[in-house]
Formats: sequence, C-alpha cells, structure tokens
Amino acid sequence: MTALLELENVTARYGPVEALHGVSLTVAEGEIVTVLGANGAGKTTTLRAVSNTVRRDGVVRFDGRVLGRAGPESVAGRGIAHVPEGRGTFAELTVWENLRLGAYSRSGSIKGDFERVLSYFPWIEDRRNQQAGTLSGGEQQMLALARAFMQRPRLLLLDEPSLGLAPVLVTEIFRIIRELNEQEGLTVLVVEQNAHIALQVAQTAYVLEVGRVVLSGPSSELQQHESVRRSYLGY
Amino acid sequence: MTELAQRLGFANRSRRVGTGVSIPVVIILVAAAIFLLVGSLVSPIFAQQTVAGLAQGAIFASLALALVLIYRATEVVNFAQGEMAMATTYFAYQLTLWHLSYWAAFFLALLMGFLLGVVVQVVLIRPVQHSVIAVVIVTVGLFVLIDGLVTWKWGADLKFMPAPFGNQVYHVGSVAFSRQDLGTLVVTIVSVVLLWVLFRFTKLGLAMRAAALRPASAALVGVRVNRMLAIGWGLAAVLGAVAGLMTEPTVFLQPTMMQAVLLYAFAAAVLGGLESPAGAVVGGLALGVFLNLIGQYVGFATSELRLPIAFFVLLVVLLVKPHGLFGRKQVRRV
Repeated sequence: MTALLELENVTARYGPVEALHGVSLTVAEGEIVTVLGANGAGKTTTLRAVSNTVRRDGVVRFDGRVLGRAGPESVAGRGIAHVPEGRGTFAELTVWENLRLGAYSRSGSIKGDFERVLSYFPWIEDRRNQQAGTLSGGEQQMLALARAFMQRPRLLLLDEPSLGLAPVLVTEIFRIIRELNEQEGLTVLVVEQNAHIALQVAQTAYVLEVGRVVLSGPSSELQQHESVRRSYLGY
Repeated sequence: MTELAQRLGFANRSRRVGTGVSIPVVIILVAAAIFLLVGSLVSPIFAQQTVAGLAQGAIFASLALALVLIYRATEVVNFAQGEMAMATTYFAYQLTLWHLSYWAAFFLALLMGFLLGVVVQVVLIRPVQHSVIAVVIVTVGLFVLIDGLVTWKWGADLKFMPAPFGNQVYHVGSVAFSRQDLGTLVVTIVSVVLLWVLFRFTKLGLAMRAAALRPASAALVGVRVNRMLAIGWGLAAVLGAVAGLMTEPTVFLQPTMMQAVLLYAFAAAVLGGLESPAGAVVGGLALGVFLNLIGQYVGFATSELRLPIAFFVLLVVLLVKPHGLFGRKQVRRV
C-alpha cells in the first residue's frame, strides 16, 4: 500500500505555545488510521497541521507532494476534507446548503453524489430544507460526514466524531465511517478519545501524549498493549 | 458534556440562527399593510403619501441592507456606507458632465461603487479586521476622508444631475403618483431582488453567506473567505450607490446628502434586526411610510422632527423587541 498522507517531524504552535513537538505518521491509501490521546495531547492540532489551520513546521506530504504554505482553501481543493472540532456545521444554513458547500471545491454535477449521500443517510431527504443548527447532535455529525462526502475527498480528517453523542449513536457513526471506507475507498484519519471504538474500526493507530507519538502500530496490537489498555481502554 | 449543558439551558454561545419572523410581528405587519391599503382606497392624499413614503423607504431599505450585509460579515456597522454612496453619486455626476447619458453614468457608478467597496475592504478593513473597534474607527476615518476628498474635488455647493425619471405625474382616479417616486421604487426593488437572487440561488451567494457566517468552516470546504468578504463589501457599496443615486433627485448633490439617510438606514436596520436582510428591507419601507404619514397627518410633526421621531420609534421597538422585528434569538446546538 502506498502512503497517501505522511507527516514528518511536524511541529505546530499556537502563538508562543508549541502543541506538537515533532509528530511523524503515515496514512496508507484506503486505510482508516486513528490517533488516540487525552485532552491536550495534540490530536486536534495534528489534523489542523494537515489542513493548514495552525502554524506548522516540518513536512506534510499528500499523495507524494509536499503541502506548502497555501491556506486551508487550497488543501480542500487538493482533496482533503476536514471535519473540525464542533463539526463545522453551517448552523444558519439549511441541510441542503451545507451539502452544497461540501461540494464547493469541485466542479461538475453533484446530483449523483447527493443520491449517494441519501443512500447512507436517508433521513436527509425529508430534512433538506431544515436549518442545520436545529438538528440533533447525532444528526449534525452525520451531516458533517455527508458534507465531507460531497467534497469527494481522497482523505477524510475527522475530529472526535463521538464527542457529545450517546453510545448507540457513536456506534452508528463509526459503522458509517467503516462503510464509507470499504465501499467508497475513502481513506480516513480520525482522532478520538473513545479508544475502544476507534481501535475496533481503524487498522492502524497512533497514541499521542503531550504533542509526541508515544506508541503506534496495528490496532489489534495496540488493543492488547498493556499501557493502552490501562490508560485508554480502562481495563 | 455539551449536551448536558444544553439540557440545563446554558449552551455555550447563543447566536441568532433563525431567519423566520415571530407570529405577533407577522400580525402587526399584515395589519399595517391592510391599514395602508384601506387608507389608500379611501383617501387620495393618503395613497399619495403612502407611495411617496414607500419610495423614500426603499432608499432607506437599500442602504440599510448594505449595512446589514457588512454587519453580518464583519460584525461592525460601516459608518462610511453613506459617504461611499455619496462619492459614487458624485462619480456619476462627473460622468454626466462628460456627456454620458444618465443611465450610462448610473451603471458605471454602480461598477465604481463595487470597486470602491472591494478596495476599501482589501486595503483598509482586512488589515484590522481582527479587532472590531479598530474596524469601527477605520470606517469613521473613512467617513471623514471621503467627505474631505469630495468637498476638495467638487466643492460643498449644490450640484444638479439630469433627472432620471422626469417630472411627469400619473393619475389613477383622483390619485396622483409622481414618476420620480415610482421610478425610485422600481430601481431599488429591482436591485434588492437581484441581490437576493444572487445570495439565495447561486453558488457564489452561498459561499458568501458561508464565509460571513462561519469563516473557519467555509475555508475548510474550500471557500476563499477573504475574497468573499471583499465581494460582500463591493455588493454593499453597489446597494449604497443605488441609494445615493436615488436620493440625489430629491436633495441634490452635496457632500452631506447621505448623512441623514444613513441615520434613517441605521434606524431601519436596527428596527429589522441588524442581522436580518429581510428585516432591513421591511424596516426601511415601514420607516419611510410611517414618517411620511406622520408628516402629513400629525400637525406638530414638521420636517425638523422627522429624525427624532424615527429614533423614538426605534427606541420603542428596541424596548419591546431588543432583537428587532426579524431578529430571533435561538440556541445553537454544538
């Protein structure tokens, strides 16, 4: 498998505070990779370093080419969809407008994609003219996935999709993520606090602690790993 | 955690999400419309004053809409909006001096207005847009700057442009409508509708709304936020130019021509709820009609009292409905 995304010794800072101290990781094409860690470990910053929404140094390579200094708009144009913290919902706009914005960075007809979205999220059909801000948390997370899907990305960056959701919804969201991966060939980099479910879905996992990768490997191995079990899985 | 906070009723930052109107407001608006209609059918003078008020209000509405467009994107009232409109009107005047026809000058002035808006955003606003107070001060400075430059170039004395619509009067039964009022109404309504179509139905309009409402999220889906904000300032200035050009036939050209109009527009925008484009339009029309009818039927309300009355109305509305007629506080889920 070829590497779709590579981070080499990436550092990132918010003002004077360095949040990543040299993170390296690789996401192979067609893979689901998860980054685990506690609050403040640098999970969100790792994603922001890719979409260039934080000041970063080091090398980020996407599809063999270095992502330069160009802003997040260009990164989106390269085929990377980033569902940020808080899901990036356009709360004031309708569900349909949110999806339309997802497809903003590419040209061509979006009708086919909308139909594909409906096959994953049939409820969207009836709610397409509803204001996105009035959806429930779970629906907003699904809308965020649908919006990202409309972008037709090669890589999906997901920031804590489980945040604030009931367990049954978390399971549902990750089921859909896996489906998108298996059926659409979508490569996913997902950061999560919910290590339990993330390790079930992802093939590869990285563990971040205070801005550094402290552990990495196939999810099945990490699931067995003593310190991961104690710190993140709780047994 | 966030869901819990919501259930307990203190979800983080509430933000007006709704564009809808509450039912009492709809009832009041419908009642007012019926009142105007019945009054117009009964009394020719009432009808004339209503139409004249609508024409006047349409000007307030377009400038108010310009204020709202910028407020939504920048969270600041552009104090220079009226002066920018005035400057573009002078530009049209200059073109007519160079023997261009009125309507050629009109459309070139709109184009000029767009460019002015874009340049102001890129050169003056963008460098300071992280600070609301800095933007406010820049717009106040721009007010003074434009005022000074126009006075320096064209002088402070009255100037006259060709009349866009002529002075004819139409008679429908015993009611007389001036072509000037009807023309003003048509031009402003057409520009407002075109703008609405742009925002509501085009990809560009959607991107502009997204950039104004959620810049960070918009950038992540590939919207060039800075470019959209600049276009937004440009379009606001076009609306302002329409207001300026339609104000000129009644007050003629002078550097102070838009200052009172800006205050009325500000009142209209707040009346409608500063974040609501529809509110700005309804607020502007309502204010124009109201002031005209008061002027006609309330003896002591001479023209000196127009502005104080407008702000008295504003004050009353804000006391009863702090978010304006069309503003609605709504909790956003996170």
